[in-house]
Amino acid sequence: MSREWKVKSIFLLIVLVITTIAGVQFYNHRHYMVPLVAGPGVTKVAKLSDYCEGLKGTAADTNVFFMEGKEEGGKMIIIANTHSNEPAAALTAFLFVENAIVDKGTFIVIPQFNNSGGRNTRAGDGYPLYFNIPTPWGDKKFRMGNRDASPLDQWPDPDVYVHYPDRQLLSYLDIRNTNRTWPGRPEGPLMEKVTYAAMQIMREEQVDMALDIHGAETMFPVTNCIVAPDKSMKIATMASLTVKAKEGFDNHVEPSPTGFRGLSHREIGDYADTLPFLVEAPIPFLDQPTGPKTVDLLLDGKDPFLLSLSKKKMLFVPYDESGWPMDKRVGQHCSVALELINQFSKRNPERAIKVESVPRYAEVVEKGIGYYLHDPEKADKANIYYE
Amino acid sequence: MSVIMMLYYVLSVYLIGMLIWNFVREKKSKNDMLLYLIVAVPFVLRVLRIK
Repeated sequence: MSREWKVKSIFLLIVLVITTIAGVQFYNHRHYMVPLVAGPGVTKVAKLSDYCEGLKGTAADTNVFFMEGKEEGGKMIIIANTHSNEPAAALTAFLFVENAIVDKGTFIVIPQFNNSGGRNTRAGDGYPLYFNIPTPWGDKKFRMGNRDASPLDQWPDPDVYVHYPDRQLLSYLDIRNTNRTWPGRPEGPLMEKVTYAAMQIMREEQVDMALDIHGAETMFPVTNCIVAPDKSMKIATMASLTVKAKEGFDNHVEPSPTGFRGLSHREIGDYADTLPFLVEAPIPFLDQPTGPKTVDLLLDGKDPFLLSLSKKKMLFVPYDESGWPMDKRVGQHCSVALELINQFSKRNPERAIKVESVPRYAEVVEKGIGYYLHDPEKADKANIYYE
Repeated sequence: MSVIMMLYYVLSVYLIGMLIWNFVREKKSKNDMLLYLIVAVPFVLRVLRIK
């Protein structure tokens, strides 16, 4: 063998080994299934493709959990993991599906809304592939996803995303972002089909309220808040004031901009009778000037660079040595969701929703989110679903 | 899978072929040899539908 081919063989071997190691990790991540134990409140489990034929057999199809009360009442849909790199949303949805009991009205929960995004990673940003939540029965492993759907499921991206139906020009990446593709269309790109299916749920099931759960950087002004259009504003404001007064945490209200299209809090209200709300809890992991993107940073939100910026008053949320732990974020989401239900029910007694067994902020912070996750090993197999 | 998506997979296969061809033809520069292989990695992972 010539010297040239000896060198080439060594290079080939090195690249092949690296590609194989990375490839196995990426493959395993994309196909890793997170078990969810459907609680006693779950009455029906549908698929998103039941509401849009074009999703059938694709990686974008996902579970839709119905929790119907004995008494007729209002309906609320909870959408989590629109952005799968904001995992407090999925944990809140898991908590609801595994624990909530609806006495009156109906809950509809989609824990993994952008299923393709939940199986995507951001290797270039050094994202961890998984994170563990400690529970009384051991650690529960979750996938860490990405903001956008995987290009394996929707490719190529256009140079510019022309939003449907407003024709507003958005970033090319946003064609894979399920918080830019609302209200969607049945014949559009895959992520427009995802949002269209959710719109169909709201229209067909006559859903009263939609809650889209997110997380946002501490350096971004739209964080730690409820985003609401005019039609949802009174309920959002009352919920914000009530959690502040009764539970002691801030969650201010931001108006949904009328000129920025494709967002859930904008389009749901414009294209259905549903009242949309989008909640944001701070997630320091997503801020740019942080240390390494580790699992610890994701879970406890402690970062020395953000602490330094906080002292210079450059953050939009209070921030100290305690960081912004996951339990606090999930607790906020639970309390805000329950308070939105409470405020809506007061104004619409004929469409009231009554729910039990969902903890509020202080309880989640005290016991930790893991306390509310059930052991799939001990659960009836018929009640286990995979996200 | 849409027609355009399939065309992009065909393009990726073509690019992998071109990179391997250049790798084989490169006689002197070790940097370039390695570069051709590294550039091919994301295309290979995409064609294999891994990443």
